[in-house]
Amino acid sequence: MNRTATPLAGAALVVAISVALTACGGGTSNQKGGASGSFDKDATVSIGSLYEPQNLDNTGGGGQGVTEALNGNVYEGLFRLTDQGKVEKLLAESYTVSPDGLTYTFKLRDGVKFHSGRALDSADVKYSIEKVTGESSQSARKSSLEAVKSIATPDPRTVEVTLKTKSISFVYNLSYVWIIDAEAKNLKTSEDGTGPYELDRWNRGSALSLDRYAGYWGSPAQNKKVVFHYYKDATALNNALLTNAVDVVTSEQSPDALDQFKNNPAYKVNSGDSTTKLLLAFNDRVKPFDDVKVRKAVSSAIDNKKLLESVWGGYGKLIGSMVPPTDPWYEDLTGVNPYDPALAKKQLAEAGYPDGFDLTLDTPNYDPHPTAATFIKSQLAKVGINVKINVITPDEWYTKVYQNHDFSATLQEHVNDRDIVWYGDPDFYWGYDNKQVTQWVEEAEQSDTTARQTELLKKVNQRIAQDAASDWLYLYPQIVVASSKLSGYPLNGLNSQFYAYDIKKS
Amino acid sequence: MTVYILRRLAFLAASLLLASVVLFLLLRLLPGDPANALASVGASPEQLAAARQEIGSDRPLPEQFVTWLHSLATFDLGNSFVSTLPVGPEIATRIEVTGPLTLLAFALALLIALPVGFLAAHRANTWYGLILNGVSQLGIAVPVFWVGMILVTVFALHLGVLPAGGFPQDGWADPVEALRSLALPVVTVAVVMSASLIRYVRSASLDVLGSDYLRTARALGSSFGEAVRRHGLRNGAVPVVAVLGIELASTLLGAVVVETVFALPGLGSMLSQAVAQHDYPTIQGVLFVTTLAVLVIGFLADLAQRLIDPRLRSTLSGGKP
Repeated sequence: MNRTATPLAGAALVVAISVALTACGGGTSNQKGGASGSFDKDATVSIGSLYEPQNLDNTGGGGQGVTEALNGNVYEGLFRLTDQGKVEKLLAESYTVSPDGLTYTFKLRDGVKFHSGRALDSADVKYSIEKVTGESSQSARKSSLEAVKSIATPDPRTVEVTLKTKSISFVYNLSYVWIIDAEAKNLKTSEDGTGPYELDRWNRGSALSLDRYAGYWGSPAQNKKVVFHYYKDATALNNALLTNAVDVVTSEQSPDALDQFKNNPAYKVNSGDSTTKLLLAFNDRVKPFDDVKVRKAVSSAIDNKKLLESVWGGYGKLIGSMVPPTDPWYEDLTGVNPYDPALAKKQLAEAGYPDGFDLTLDTPNYDPHPTAATFIKSQLAKVGINVKINVITPDEWYTKVYQNHDFSATLQEHVNDRDIVWYGDPDFYWGYDNKQVTQWVEEAEQSDTTARQTELLKKVNQRIAQDAASDWLYLYPQIVVASSKLSGYPLNGLNSQFYAYDIKKS
Repeated sequence: MTVYILRRLAFLAASLLLASVVLFLLLRLLPGDPANALASVGASPEQLAAARQEIGSDRPLPEQFVTWLHSLATFDLGNSFVSTLPVGPEIATRIEVTGPLTLLAFALALLIALPVGFLAAHRANTWYGLILNGVSQLGIAVPVFWVGMILVTVFALHLGVLPAGGFPQDGWADPVEALRSLALPVVTVAVVMSASLIRYVRSASLDVLGSDYLRTARALGSSFGEAVRRHGLRNGAVPVVAVLGIELASTLLGAVVVETVFALPGLGSMLSQAVAQHDYPTIQGVLFVTTLAVLVIGFLADLAQRLIDPRLRSTLSGGKP
């Protein structure tokens, strides 16, 4: 299990040197993939992905693909979330927080230009934040910025944001807000950002290409051109890598094809930490899962290690809770509800189900859910629980489970980082209702320091694990397969980001 | 003939209208709410309602239908639910891939099927006639994607002579590159399609070869080749042309599978993605355009049949000669 945590020592040194040279804003990661040496500054890097953007506007339903292609590459925020999950300043040169924690004053970096040539000023920042919080916004981050009360722009390089309530995550949340030219039009098919690349063109259904932007304020990208090639079929994607049509695959979704790359010196298989957790989510409101003992019993009856092995063949990680290792409040809680069928039987008997019960498991119809469901069925049969697998489409899942809470247990992958806070919301679909946890989550958001926030969220994490609020089956691996000619690509791809500017091709 | 064409055109229009009603209703029967596709998973009920309003899925069905018909009449296929971009221009660029793919595959399939089918009939009782017959039967049973995978494995992965998939970003600006990208998909579709065509050609040829008029022509002194050319070809062509119309339509459908296997940005991959996303305007747009194409192809095939066969012209056309 420690393969994912081992830094690639060879690459680390070289990248560290480049960090020193690019201190004003280039790569700061010290854990990038691949070996490095001399490289071609004017190379074209071809990236293979399964996630084509729907459109190019991340507040207009662009989806995960638009984050992958444009976040950090074409658009930049005031802050950046690094591949290791750290937040650092990007377009913000500095910022101060008022003593009451309600007013943030950001000083913008000087000399930043949009790709259209216009200079960045504070009005663009105001416009960009309001674009996310605005009524028509479909941004997934909209609710996390609800605390914003007003935005003032006292001078072209200063932005003052006033919050309704204290929000320690505010700066982190800003790393998702693209700073966009307030005068730009047609953002669904074109762009005007400040990033190291500008959009060359987007051929829907096949490819999106980016060119290095000559007027970039920071250190220029390490390659001249980046082309994202989009595939719908994983086999087609792997074939593209095998025939050198692409240099790197952003995220392998199945271990089946990995052998052909693992045993081939022309490729490198990297396994990083994703933020995607596979959950067996109970409906904590209804019988039998309103009883902690039942939830603990089910958690202990399932051998997560074996499941992970069978789905991912040795990749991925067991976490025992909702927190991935890249979140600051991560700790290993796999021991809280260990795999122990005897214990499970005992707990079931104590809860009043010595002979088990019948259970319908709502299972989304795409991988890995059906596989996991079958495995869980066989495991729970051993403690007397009779599972009926009910396969549903994502849309049905959304309506039946997420909106109507009409389920007793379901499988679902949760992709975002820092999403443990949902356990503080009793109205969320799994209905975990613990006043203490809700209070901790709220307090954490209002903390003055990240240390305090971390402390509180660790408490939340321990408590939900003890309560077996859900059964966290495993953390997905983030597998990036690349040609060995490539180095400097992101390994963790947090929240689907894929920074391309540090990629070197020899 | 003119009356026939007019009548046939009216029939075409009526079919199109009927098809649009069926298309529209069929899609509304799919379970799930398209607004979910538009809004993110964390969306609030308000966001969902806004999404519904934006795409019009909160309106009554008849109203949605009239809106759609109206937009069809003005050649506006609407905006995608998912990308919110116009569907029409997107279809136009996708046709640049699917059109050539279908036509080239069709031509290649004919090139294979005509001689092989004729040979299979002409030498029906020899060992290779039987083998050709058997192989064509096998070909019908083989799924398109399987042929595609085999071709990729051999020509792209092992020999490395052709790309495994994708289409150049510049499209047809570099015709050689574009054709190289289409080579394997074209062969894939053509191989599968020719299998069934061979059988039609074979049975049409068998009819012709066993016919009295051919025997009579031979008896009057024509060589075999001349008899087939002068008398057989036309007669044999009539049923084959009728089938070609249908086959061309099914090639278009084969494109759905092939484009996914080869990562081609065509109508097929556009359609399959739209179905997964409940993107009604896109599905409707693509299906409407393909339905239109199929109906027009059928229309042309009918006309061609009548041009080839004077008997059809005189008996079934509107006017008596």
